[in-house]
Amino acid sequence: MEKRSLVTIANHSREKIEYLIQMAQEFEQHPNRRLLEGRVVATLFFEPSTRTRLSFETAANRLGARVIGFADPKVTSGTKGETLKDTIMMVSNYADIIVMRHYLEGAARYASEIAPVPIVNAGDGANQHPSQTMLDLYSIYKTQGRLDNLDIFLVGDLKYGRTVHSILNAMYHFNPTFHFIAPEELAMPDIYKTFCHEHNIKYVEHTDFDADVISGADILYMTRVQRERFTDLMEYERVKDRYLLKLDMLSKARPNMKILHPLPRVNEIEYSIDENPHAYYFEQARNGLYARQALLCDALGITLDEVKNDKTIIK
Amino acid sequence: MKKQLMVAAIENGTVIDHIPAQKLFAVVNLLHLDRMTSAVTIGYNLPSEGMGTKSIIKMADKFFTDEELDQLAVICPDLTLCIIRDYEIVEKRTVTLPQELRGIVKCTNPKCITNNEPMLTHFHTDASQHLKCHYCNTIISLDDVKLVEN
Repeated sequence: MEKRSLVTIANHSREKIEYLIQMAQEFEQHPNRRLLEGRVVATLFFEPSTRTRLSFETAANRLGARVIGFADPKVTSGTKGETLKDTIMMVSNYADIIVMRHYLEGAARYASEIAPVPIVNAGDGANQHPSQTMLDLYSIYKTQGRLDNLDIFLVGDLKYGRTVHSILNAMYHFNPTFHFIAPEELAMPDIYKTFCHEHNIKYVEHTDFDADVISGADILYMTRVQRERFTDLMEYERVKDRYLLKLDMLSKARPNMKILHPLPRVNEIEYSIDENPHAYYFEQARNGLYARQALLCDALGITLDEVKNDKTIIK
Repeated sequence: MKKQLMVAAIENGTVIDHIPAQKLFAVVNLLHLDRMTSAVTIGYNLPSEGMGTKSIIKMADKFFTDEELDQLAVICPDLTLCIIRDYEIVEKRTVTLPQELRGIVKCTNPKCITNNEPMLTHFHTDASQHLKCHYCNTIISLDDVKLVEN
């Protein structure tokens, strides 16, 4: 079996992204299968991330795999001074695939180089979180019917927000127009603007956030403005509510516009919006299940054809 | 005043000339000269017409691989090397920055796996003289490079 670790989707081709989206669609139609029966999936969470772990473990369980692992790094030998390499080599003896979350950047890349089994990166520090990106792309595709030529508005913390950087990298195949809406302290870093220039991606920067700005959006991607990111807490107090999405700000929104958020939300989106047809963040989280089912199967060498012709579907 | 050689000539080996004086010890570390058993002559703060002061290293009976020498480009991009055989310069070459650097440069990101695990660092270089960490994607300018301590 070919070893196909997933460390990042920044280098995925357009075709590969579309292929994975098609696979996720298959799993959305029939999420319960015995496709991974007899396989063991290890989920190694060197830093806690309940949401991501539950999503991966559900994806594995619904495909019939058995799951081992740890959710809390305190129980691992890492606290006794064991290297990441030793932990990975040990778990590789037991599992067919390793899903890992780590607080160090580049940990997943390193693990993929030493492990005899595929590694799926469930987030490595501030670096990559490809399954989040994949579910974001799947959500955009599902709500808009396409990935091409969309107006994508990224709001909040664009400086440290790993998810928005990944979307930027992954969407470049699809001729998007980006709008960056952030306080100056948390503006999109130059390195990503340079990326846009190099790939002829159009972008507009805003500091205002109101109904007129939102009226041009197909996707409104909200992120958390975190207090700890600010050196000047006065500045935080000044801007924190400016990027709060309120119901009346949706008055001029396009009918197809959907609001996405990687969750957890704190105070970025008014609760009254939850019932609004533009709100999509809870469905987005559910899409994570199907996207992760696709990523697990792809990493294990299971093809789209095999998924389409799967005889193990549990109806 | 009669000019004289401040450093003795060698019969066979390698001479690295025109090292910026302050980069000398970085070059010494990079080439692991402390582990050499043949004769090594190091000149530090020598007068140089072009550079003001310079450093020079002469290594008897030592010939480096291209890969070893190209790593020097990380700290001295414009270095010239002379390969000496029978007291004659048989080859002059300029070092070039390789596309991959393994175990040479330290990543500046304290949260990079390479700073927390016993492993080699790995960088990719580009035309604009920047290094990108293979693991955490941190980009370092050549001017800010710090070498791995051995």
